[in-house]
Amino acid sequence: MDEFEPKIIAFLCNWCAYAGADLAGISRIQYPPNIRVIRLMCSGRVDEAMILEAFARGADGVLVCGCHPRECHYMKGNLCARRRVVGLKCLLENIGIGRDRLRLEWVGASEGPKAAHVISSFTQSIRQLGPSPLRRDQVSSMIGAALLEV
Amino acid sequence: MRKLKLAIGLGSTCAGCDIAILDLNEKILDLAAAVEIVFWPTAMDFKLKELEEFGEGEIDLGLYHGTIRTSAQEHIAHLLREKSKALMAFGSCACFGGIPGLCNLTSKEAIFETVYRDTPSTVNPDFTVPKTEVKEGGYLLTLPELYQEGKALPQVVDVDYYLPGCPPVVELIEKLLPIIELMKTGELPPKGTVIASDKTLCEECPLTRENKMISQIVRPHQVIPDPQRCLLEQGILCMGPATRGGCGARCIKALMPCRGCMGPTAEVEDQGAKMISAIASILGVEDEKKLSEEDVEKLMNQIKDPVGTFYRFTLPMALINKRVIKR
Repeated sequence: MDEFEPKIIAFLCNWCAYAGADLAGISRIQYPPNIRVIRLMCSGRVDEAMILEAFARGADGVLVCGCHPRECHYMKGNLCARRRVVGLKCLLENIGIGRDRLRLEWVGASEGPKAAHVISSFTQSIRQLGPSPLRRDQVSSMIGAALLEV
Repeated sequence: MRKLKLAIGLGSTCAGCDIAILDLNEKILDLAAAVEIVFWPTAMDFKLKELEEFGEGEIDLGLYHGTIRTSAQEHIAHLLREKSKALMAFGSCACFGGIPGLCNLTSKEAIFETVYRDTPSTVNPDFTVPKTEVKEGGYLLTLPELYQEGKALPQVVDVDYYLPGCPPVVELIEKLLPIIELMKTGELPPKGTVIASDKTLCEECPLTRENKMISQIVRPHQVIPDPQRCLLEQGILCMGPATRGGCGARCIKALMPCRGCMGPTAEVEDQGAKMISAIASILGVEDEKKLSEEDVEKLMNQIKDPVGTFYRFTLPMALINKRVIKR
């Protein structure tokens, strides 16, 4: 059997986290290719429904990265994201997906190594958790099918 | 003038929707004058065969209330769709799954185990559970199949109109009367019409919002709320910001928080996600720069049963519409 390769959706803010991940690339720091990056202007733009939809479509994990507190380009969009992500974690735990499949991290524009580290460690922890129960190929092991077309 | 033919079918329902129609009081006479009721098993002795005998599209308006959980209910939904020119999802169960839709938080097997084995008053050593077919004395006995999950009407058949509410308030049901008059002229309202407000409940809420932030969530039985101020700003989880208006804010007027029975507004895909967003915009905002993620988590953990609270009426239509149960 093939080894499980997680699919991770990463929402990165334009000003810090995306620049940080970009720097990791420019600096040729290696990190796993499991993340699919979606660049947003601010982590505060991340809507709960976007994260839920990622899971509903079979993402194994969702990573939200923004600027460090007090460094948000829009004053406090990152703190807004934190409240939302934490609220959503409670929901995900309650519905059986588990809070550990969603992670929020702060990555600065100058933190290339940290960006790579965050991606590596999150990929590693999702790999240990195994495939999301909502993944299409996992549906037979759960009750019914909750999937949209991917 | 020709009377319109009206059929009322039902699925997994408490029949509160039927009572809500009767709550029209004297206006029910107007309804009776405008339509001929050809199928309404709760009110009169109609048989399914009578519905089956209608031709395709022979009924003018079909109302369906209740969640779809069994093969028999699914059959009625398909029948009603086939026989009706216009089909309306009547009540929250048909519109979004409603309270019976919370069955998606457990499984059929778990329900059977509880009902037919684990309850203290049950003696069932062989664990006999209902089967869809049993041969007994040369006869084949059948029962409808219980499905693993509950579904809302639009997940099973094509739905033209929606009338949400648990149960729909009389003021909204009364709006059916002019629509029926309009239908007599052959003119149908646009498909997808929702008979309710297009705005959230907050728009019609009589309480005053002061844009206060909260640091604590309380449950309705723990406090006596200030009758003038927004309940959410007093820390009581009120689904108003994520819920469609049109109900007249009846619960709020009795100082009980909104439970979300009118479902989300047209622009919102997922009512629970919207509600988390609303809570996140007022909970733990003060001095939050000093808070760690753990502190915020403690605040959010005050919400007991997030799924049951945020998706009380809309779980089958939610983005993640069932609990993941590991076997």
